[in-house]
Amino acid sequence: MSSISISTTTTVTPVGAPNRRNTELALLVFAVLVPVLAYANVGLAKDGSVPGGMFGYGLGLSLLAGTAHLMVRKFAPYSDPLILPITTLLNGLGLVLIYRLDLEPSITTRALGGPKAPGQLMWSALAVALFIGILVFLKDHRILQRYTYISGVVALVLLIAPVFFPAINGSKLWIVIPGVGSLQPGEFAKIILAVFFAGYLMVKRDALALASRRFMGLYLPRGRDLGPILVIWALSMMILVLEDDLGSTLLYFGLFVVMLYIATERISWVVVGLLLASGGATAVGLTSPHVKVRIHNWLDPFAGIAQHGASEAAQVAWSFGSGGVLGEGLGQGFSRLIGGIGVKSDYILATVGEELGLAGLMAVLLLYMLLIERGIRIALAARDPFGKLLAIGLASAMMLQVFVVAGGVTGLIPLTGMTMPFLAQGGSSVVANWALVAILLRISDTARRPPVSHHHPQRKRFALLRRLNPSATPSPTPIASSTDAEPTQVVRL
Amino acid sequence: MNKPLRRVAIFCGLLIFALLLRDNWIQFVEADSLKNNPNNRRIAINEYAQPRGDIIVDGKAITGSTTTGGDFKYKRTYTDGPMWAPVTGFASQAYGTNMLEGVDDNILNGTDDRLFFNNTLDMLTGKNKQGGDVVTTLNAKAQAAAFNGLGNKKGAVAAIDPQTGAILALASTPSYDPSKIAGNSKSDQANWQSLNADSNQPMLNRALRETYPPGSTFKVVTAAAALDNGLYASIDQPTDSPLPYTLPDTTTQLNNEGNIPCKNATLRVALQYSCNTVYGHIGAQLGLTKMLDQAKKFGFDQDLFTPVRAVPSVFPEKMNAPQTALSSIGQFDTAATPLQMAMVAAAIANDGKLMKPYMVDQLRAPNLNVIEQTTPQIMGQAVTPQTAQSLQQMMETVVSSGTGTNAQIPGVTVGGKTGTAQHGVANSALPYAWFISYAKTSSGSPVAVAVVVEDGEANRDDISGGGLAAPIAKSVMEAVLNK
Repeated sequence: MSSISISTTTTVTPVGAPNRRNTELALLVFAVLVPVLAYANVGLAKDGSVPGGMFGYGLGLSLLAGTAHLMVRKFAPYSDPLILPITTLLNGLGLVLIYRLDLEPSITTRALGGPKAPGQLMWSALAVALFIGILVFLKDHRILQRYTYISGVVALVLLIAPVFFPAINGSKLWIVIPGVGSLQPGEFAKIILAVFFAGYLMVKRDALALASRRFMGLYLPRGRDLGPILVIWALSMMILVLEDDLGSTLLYFGLFVVMLYIATERISWVVVGLLLASGGATAVGLTSPHVKVRIHNWLDPFAGIAQHGASEAAQVAWSFGSGGVLGEGLGQGFSRLIGGIGVKSDYILATVGEELGLAGLMAVLLLYMLLIERGIRIALAARDPFGKLLAIGLASAMMLQVFVVAGGVTGLIPLTGMTMPFLAQGGSSVVANWALVAILLRISDTARRPPVSHHHPQRKRFALLRRLNPSATPSPTPIASSTDAEPTQVVRL
Repeated sequence: MNKPLRRVAIFCGLLIFALLLRDNWIQFVEADSLKNNPNNRRIAINEYAQPRGDIIVDGKAITGSTTTGGDFKYKRTYTDGPMWAPVTGFASQAYGTNMLEGVDDNILNGTDDRLFFNNTLDMLTGKNKQGGDVVTTLNAKAQAAAFNGLGNKKGAVAAIDPQTGAILALASTPSYDPSKIAGNSKSDQANWQSLNADSNQPMLNRALRETYPPGSTFKVVTAAAALDNGLYASIDQPTDSPLPYTLPDTTTQLNNEGNIPCKNATLRVALQYSCNTVYGHIGAQLGLTKMLDQAKKFGFDQDLFTPVRAVPSVFPEKMNAPQTALSSIGQFDTAATPLQMAMVAAAIANDGKLMKPYMVDQLRAPNLNVIEQTTPQIMGQAVTPQTAQSLQQMMETVVSSGTGTNAQIPGVTVGGKTGTAQHGVANSALPYAWFISYAKTSSGSPVAVAVVVEDGEANRDDISGGGLAAPIAKSVMEAVLNK
């Protein structure tokens, strides 16, 4: 009896639970310090002196992180404390890596757009501004639910737009606005798609989950319920064919399958999804010349060196191999040999691997894992199905992107044209991913926020009373009985 | 919805785990093979990231390094490149290395395991990796005498110290400047192409890598075989040789150059005047086995590493009687490198003991620690000391009053043998002029030298060992003696 009372006490006094903002601040200090020291390291390795821009860089990163932190304190005080430091650390490291690669003249030519670090810093500032904007103006993530179908349309437009622009590096992933620059709408599309899927599945999940026939241990969906997944599959395949990009297709379709599975709890959807995806991918892999080349490069990166020199895939592999376990040290590798524009964006992990070694790359991958698992944790903690679906959607979009990029660069899967979130050079990517993180923080803040209906003094009194005499206390309005509460649990027949 | 969420969490963990596994595969398991892939440019970049060690002659470096603006930071330079090219070879960013630069590449570029301790220490103290030095046995004055003596003529010189086998001079002309192909620029490429297209083969190391019919210089080998096999008791005993001499089993007559006193001549006189008939007759009498045995004792028919490889000189192993007779006067298929003929002279001058020729005295770490010291090695006893001394007397007669008077050095005992080797179809090509010799002082012989001149420019009648080659041998010997 007494043990029950204790647990009740702790649950109903969320005000006493730490909001973890100080933890976040402490971690942020490290998240700023590590890239600043890395920046100094680059200068020492390249010129033998601490680079002149270090103070400015440190100040800039501190300002960004500090402002973001203060705004989180003010507008999302109960949000997850790990996400902002991890994001800051990855973004900061990305800036250092881009700065470091800017010091290589052969990949910083005028034709390749010159130095990229200043632009990336500007985009990062813009991204943090958007991050703050979302925290300030998006008071509750459930507002997004109202825009479910608008999101669907916007996502579709964003996905199809690049078809009308010329291909870059063989993939049509870009919208080029002359004089302004290029935009990768896919980065934003993944967030908007997650919003659409979350809103749509929240409404349809019961129908998709319940109406099914059992066959060989699997609950097979009814034919007419297959409609949505077939539409999404067809759209993904269309993107694959029109834009020649396997990675985006995998991302969008995988996102949908994961969210469908979460919404319906039916493995059968995953099976159907996997069958459709592998069938489609095989068909396209056999027909599209661009995808064929990518697959060929994946299977044998060292083919044809004698005829037309080493492929980028080969150069990337040598980069990783030359880094070894401990790496060459920042500024002391030769990932510039990969050449071209991809070194600072798509292939940035090769620089991480070569200069920071296996140890550094594993640390970076684990940072992503931490970020993603925090996202899933937010989904678990969310109290409303829309929030759950949106959080898992955003986390799995990040996961799929990390897997597709890191897997592609390390040669686990064929290479596709996407960028490592936060780390890689690219304005769209950094802005979109900071926005993604902002929405996650908003969901976690909503989940852990104590209900507004209870006033603190009153709750404190309840707690005190209960501690004195547990049985005599009137039960408060049942808020979450645990953080994994699921108030809208569907009753299954 | 929480159960599938947990499953997705595990799935995400597995995806990251797969990435970590893959990363371990390429950065740990496969790392070395990727790193050392021959097409991985980092290997070359690292190789040229620090100045190479130097090749040292007489305590002075004959190589150097200069910085370039490109990917490969340091480029090789050479002092008196053409003169030293047969020794140093080249170290080119575009075309690799050869000769000493190639044989001792790991020492020079600092990757040799024996430099590991140094390099590890340097890494800890933050110093750049350094290459070691190769200290040669060469003698700068002798090399200059050889190279300048050859001048515009095509040919080669090899000089060795008979008592140790240390190579003192190794010249080959026409030569080339390895500095001009050391980089990887357009001009290096153009130079490389024109050097390779040149019909005079300037990059051929004639002293070690070209064999010539040794002509009459080979007669000392035949004389050695005759004495060692007891064909004649003394060098002043008449040899009972006919004149004219008909090659065995044929009707072909073997002739001498001009009207010289060869009938029944003694070994000494026959060498003094270079009688083909006498030595052809001796070769036929000794037969293939004994001749081949003697040639092999002087180093014929075997690979030689100085440590730069010298091609084997040839005394054919399958011949009939007339061919053996011709081979015994250095014709038919007998062919020798200049180094080989210097070894013949050296073994005779060293009382029959043949020392293994070598040109690297020490390999030295950057901190001047000696990591390898060459000690002179005996290759074998080519002839008995008595025979050697008899041969010395004969060769000294050649210089004092025979065909080799051009090699006389006042106050020094010099022994030598001229040769004018005919070659080409029906001997139509211009003959090669040979001279092998040694100088002797009270403390033994400090130098033996072989010179070959293949001069397409000279008048046919002017080409003779005594006329073209002997003066060069003389100046090389003088350079060593005056050291």
